Amino acid sequence: MDDVRVPISSDLDLVRAREQGRVLAGQLGFQHSDLTLIATAISELARNILRYARRGEIVLQQAQDSGVPGIVIIAQDEGPGIPDVNRAMEPGYSTAGGLGLGLPGVRRIMDEFEIVSEVGHGTVVTVTKWKR
Amino acid sequence: MAVPILKQGPFLIASIQSALTDTDLVQLRDALVGQVGSYRSRGVIVDVTALDVLDSFASRTLRDLAHMVRLRGAETVIVGIQPEVAFTMVRLGLTLEGVATALDLEEGLFYLNEKLRSTQQTTQ
Ligand SMILES: Nc1ncnc2c1ncn2[C@@H]1O[C@H](COP(=O)(O)OP(=O)(O)OP(=O)(O)O)[C@@H](O)[C@H]1O
Ligand SMILES: [Mg+2]
Repeated sequence: MDDVRVPISSDLDLVRAREQGRVLAGQLGFQHSDLTLIATAISELARNILRYARRGEIVLQQAQDSGVPGIVIIAQDEGPGIPDVNRAMEPGYSTAGGLGLGLPGVRRIMDEFEIVSEVGHGTVVTVTKWKR
Repeated sequence: MAVPILKQGPFLIASIQSALTDTDLVQLRDALVGQVGSYRSRGVIVDVTALDVLDSFASRTLRDLAHMVRLRGAETVIVGIQPEVAFTMVRLGLTLEGVATALDLEEGLFYLNEKLRSTQQTTQ
């Protein structure tokens, strides 16, 4: 399967990215409750792109680990970046009056989580969920 | 996509039909807060059965909706949160604190009717 790339620049794109993630994860054989976790993680990451960087993209890839399929979600933007990533990962920390639960929540519901951010250059969040 | 709002006696019922954008959800919140005043409604039911994702933004907007409606003198009950959605919300740490929820429309109506009855009794 080819990578699925969903450009994010409006809140309709967010709904689209969620749906695409659901479709891909469904094709990979994820069970129903995992589809919801995956769609929710995409929603949080895509909204952060929209809110903080205005535009960016969600890339969906399939992964394999000794026969176990997984889905990789890459959320990337060339926005302002995050000055203090450790703080941004704390539950309740928000610079936008949000709940501050997006990033820490996504880390909790996915199996692997990586964030690379550079002020003035942008942010890349890469998360993976393995099929159970 | 606008969410249809049905007036049923003293209550307003909003049945979400499909996935909503953030803008749609904010519009729904504002429409309900407005209509509670124009129809002098005593309760609001938001049916989220069709929503496959309730993330941090949606939770916050529903919570705000319930609090705004309460400030307008009415009660809100969110009905139809799907089991997988509830599971995901708990794992994300989303609580919908201070917001009434019920299993389905019928239970939601029962809840609002009970509320209405108890306030009528205390004001008699
Ligand atoms: N892509 C991004 N670019 C720049 N800053 C970001 C990005 N994603 C997150 N941040 C920063 O990290 C903070 C925490 O993000 P997180 O998603 O956890 O919470 P939030 O978006 O503020 O609120 P919530 O997601 O609960 O509605 C944000 O307030 C913002 O300052
Ligand atoms: Mg966020």
